[in-house]
Amino acid sequence: MWKWLHPYAKSESTYRLCQTLLPWFSISAAITLISGLILGLMFAPADYQQGDSFRIIYIHVPSAITSMSAYAAMAVAALIGLVWQIRTAYMAMIAIAPVGAMMTFIALFTGAAWGKPMWGTWWVWDARLTSELVLLFLYLGVISLYKSFDDKIQAGKAAGVMSLVGVINLPIIHYSVEWWNTLHQGATISKFDKPSIAPEMFWPLMVNLLAAVLLIGAITLKRLQNELLRREIHRPWAVKTLLKEGKS
Amino acid sequence: MTASLLAVFKRDLALAFRQRAELLQPMMFFVLVISLFPLGVGPGPEILQKIGPGVIWVAAILSSLLGMERLFRDDFQDGTLEQIMLSGASMPLVCVVKVAVHWLASIVPLILLSPLLGLFLNLTLEMYWALLATLLVGTPLLSLVGAVAVGLTVGLQKGGVLLALLLLPVFVPLLIFATAAVEAASLQISYSAHLGLIGAMLLFALALAPMAIAYALKVSQS
Repeated sequence: MWKWLHPYAKSESTYRLCQTLLPWFSISAAITLISGLILGLMFAPADYQQGDSFRIIYIHVPSAITSMSAYAAMAVAALIGLVWQIRTAYMAMIAIAPVGAMMTFIALFTGAAWGKPMWGTWWVWDARLTSELVLLFLYLGVISLYKSFDDKIQAGKAAGVMSLVGVINLPIIHYSVEWWNTLHQGATISKFDKPSIAPEMFWPLMVNLLAAVLLIGAITLKRLQNELLRREIHRPWAVKTLLKEGKS
Repeated sequence: MTASLLAVFKRDLALAFRQRAELLQPMMFFVLVISLFPLGVGPGPEILQKIGPGVIWVAAILSSLLGMERLFRDDFQDGTLEQIMLSGASMPLVCVVKVAVHWLASIVPLILLSPLLGLFLNLTLEMYWALLATLLVGTPLLSLVGAVAVGLTVGLQKGGVLLALLLLPVFVPLLIFATAAVEAASLQISYSAHLGLIGAMLLFALALAPMAIAYALKVSQS
């Protein structure tokens, strides 16, 4: 069942896979990002209550959603690494981590910028804000654990265990802070049957969400390639690849 | 099997009580941190009662972090841990025993000290009982989850700050439920739901953490 996974334990074939996927991801990320932002910032109607300042939703919501999915992806990579002992999975894990942390930071930053005009304050200890902040700390914990080992194989395993501990904890953290304090508006787009957002505002948001996913994918693929080259620099394939890419 | 676990238990307990200074330091830290708060926020009894449960819990988490490093460090450095792994004893069970001894030796004294701190922070009797219950159910959870991170960082030279960085976010739910329970007690309403949630987390951790600790130690040992 998992046979298709095994070839990618070999770093060279993972590198080639990234090489094939990368242009698709980056080109479509660029297209969706530009068109989504143009649609959202220029063509979507202004909100009747929040005016034009609601437009930050087109950055805030995609980054908030993808910050959590990136953590899930990181944990899946960690699980694959721990269960099937695949080294490249750890590299994928650590390639995603800083990208996810960045998305979390963007979500927090744009949230603060949106909170100031709407709630009159940069920061409140609301459930969603708090769990997003904790998410950022979890990312930073995984990254700094990985960085503190010299032996990168050991580092990958340790950071993998930590990201799994985090992913088990995330729902608990989410619900605990939810019961603790809530000011944030309810989710407006997850109710797919009847979203409480106008379609003219909804579709640009979807495009932006797709753009965020593709962007994370593209950056992660590039980071994974760099990680593979850095770790395998003594191998003939890496040297050959570097020489070839240096020439062209 | 049981014999080897009992041997680990006895050995760890004896070791813990022969290093009294190391046991006392987290306790002193606990008392000191808590007595700083009245100085910092003012001695008004209402404020102290309001922030009391949170302060005690935060201080308990911080001082348990201080003592946590001891859990595997000495055994790791002198090779005892490696020998235990090679002995064929079930590693997850050994980890449970070691965590239990650590809890008995360095957390139970903190719990015993808590009446005094309840007086310091002007807690009512109901609040104190709730605090005691949350400490009794919650601190084993601290030790179990903490042991995973200790196992991961035991081979590192400067694990201390990293340990805090890894663990503090994970302890957020515990802190929330525990202080909510004490707050409920101060309003004279039932706090069994909060206590039940902490208990559920403890059982969940008891089921999964031993395996994670054993694996973490294996990673560190390699």
